[in-house]
Amino acid sequence: MIKATNLTKKFGDFTAVDNISFNVEKAEIFGFLGPNGAGKSTTIKMLTTLLHPTSGEIEIDGINPRHHQNKVRASFGIVFQDPSLDDELTAYENMQFHAVLYKVPKNVRINRIEELLKYVELWEKKNELVKNYSGGMKRRLEIARGFLHHPKIIFLDEPTLGLDPQTRNYMWSYVQNLNKQEQTTIFFTTHYMEEADKNASRIAIIDHGKIIASGTPAQLKEQTNKESLEDTFLELTGHAIREEEASGLDKMRRMRNAFRRK
Amino acid sequence: MSTIYILWLRQLKRYIRSRSRIIGSLGQPILFLVALGFGFGPIYQRAGQGSYIEFLAPGIIAMSILFTAIFSGINMIWDRQFGFLKETLVAPVSRINIMFGRILGGATEALFQGILVLIISIIIGFHIHSYTLLAMSLLFMALISLFFTALGTAIASMLQDFQGFQLIMNFIVMPVFFLSGALFPLNGLPKALTVVADLDPLSYGVDGLHFALTGASHFGAGIDIMVLSVLTFILLVIGSYLFSKIEV
Repeated sequence: MIKATNLTKKFGDFTAVDNISFNVEKAEIFGFLGPNGAGKSTTIKMLTTLLHPTSGEIEIDGINPRHHQNKVRASFGIVFQDPSLDDELTAYENMQFHAVLYKVPKNVRINRIEELLKYVELWEKKNELVKNYSGGMKRRLEIARGFLHHPKIIFLDEPTLGLDPQTRNYMWSYVQNLNKQEQTTIFFTTHYMEEADKNASRIAIIDHGKIIASGTPAQLKEQTNKESLEDTFLELTGHAIREEEASGLDKMRRMRNAFRRK
Repeated sequence: MSTIYILWLRQLKRYIRSRSRIIGSLGQPILFLVALGFGFGPIYQRAGQGSYIEFLAPGIIAMSILFTAIFSGINMIWDRQFGFLKETLVAPVSRINIMFGRILGGATEALFQGILVLIISIIIGFHIHSYTLLAMSLLFMALISLFFTALGTAIASMLQDFQGFQLIMNFIVMPVFFLSGALFPLNGLPKALTVVADLDPLSYGVDGLHFALTGASHFGAGIDIMVLSVLTFILLVIGSYLFSKIEV
């Protein structure tokens, strides 16, 4: 369903993703793990047509995104790592906007928006502007939006970051359901190892742009002779703390707040 | 079609909700109308040109459209920085439609702004020359709005953040405004300035508005419409290309 062959992405001299290959089968729940700055998000951006690979090939549901961007885009949904909501719209409007862009039929749209907003417990606040939401509420809305259309593949880039355990469990049971009932392929990244252990049918671990291990959670644990996936992960990637490349985003946030008079 | 509509609607909702911005952006045109209009009025009259307010108002309307349009185009950089752009870029719809929706939304904002300034001009003392030509002034306002929103969007497609913003203000927006004949008549200018004004797209917009609102024209209304339409079309083609190449 998702196939990457010798995929490489360079930003100037820096090689973010270094010649990786992997294959995700249909209806698989595939965990893509790695420390900060290992190349996870860059890989997801390439898979979802937001970045062009420097070299290597991608196939999404048998289609090459290099030539058929729109066709590929129709086959997946994505929950981004960082916020992608419109602050100046209400939660309901954000959902509606998404549904129209993804051509969810009107009758399905109305029911599903209600169902999902109730699921993440935002239905009561659906007409409030997103900028008045707390961080956790925004995250929940973002996840609900990601499930609004039912694509063949769902990419989840650290979806549970900043969520409380209740919502995290909710989200995963929804994902498991979708996976079973609609054979949806799931490609996710996370820093919570127990989450990966519990949900992933297969895992790849990426570090410094290279895939250093892959297999089922059990296989990986066996390989490294460790009890938990967390220990396995640390064994494979080392204990040093990684720095992520700083983006201009923090600067921009400060600038916007300076512009805005409240 | 639904893509264009939903993006247009989104821009408009944001515009209507930002009342402080709407009111704030009326400050500058009012200041220009009052300070320049009444300040230079007596000299203009003595030079035998008639009322300066009558001359100035179309230029100030064009100015407020220019600023609103460029900004709403460039506002795409916020969407890029705050992630919302990604949401639209991974959607399974053609990027050209996304861009058109954005541009139409931004242009509608700018058109509203132009109409507001027209109303304010009338309150301040501007006289409409002919009511049958009023509809034509809407056409020119719409063309100016479209052209400069498309320009702002095309520029924003190439920028990652607001670092280049000052550059755009000082080397594009300000010259385009000051050299367009918005503040002074284009007749009898020094040769060099005439050439520059002829190359300035806003000159044709201002001239068209002069024609529609006061009956006087430098280039001729037909030329104005043609130049603006052709330039807008070219810009949309370039913009579509740049927009389709955006990476996040």
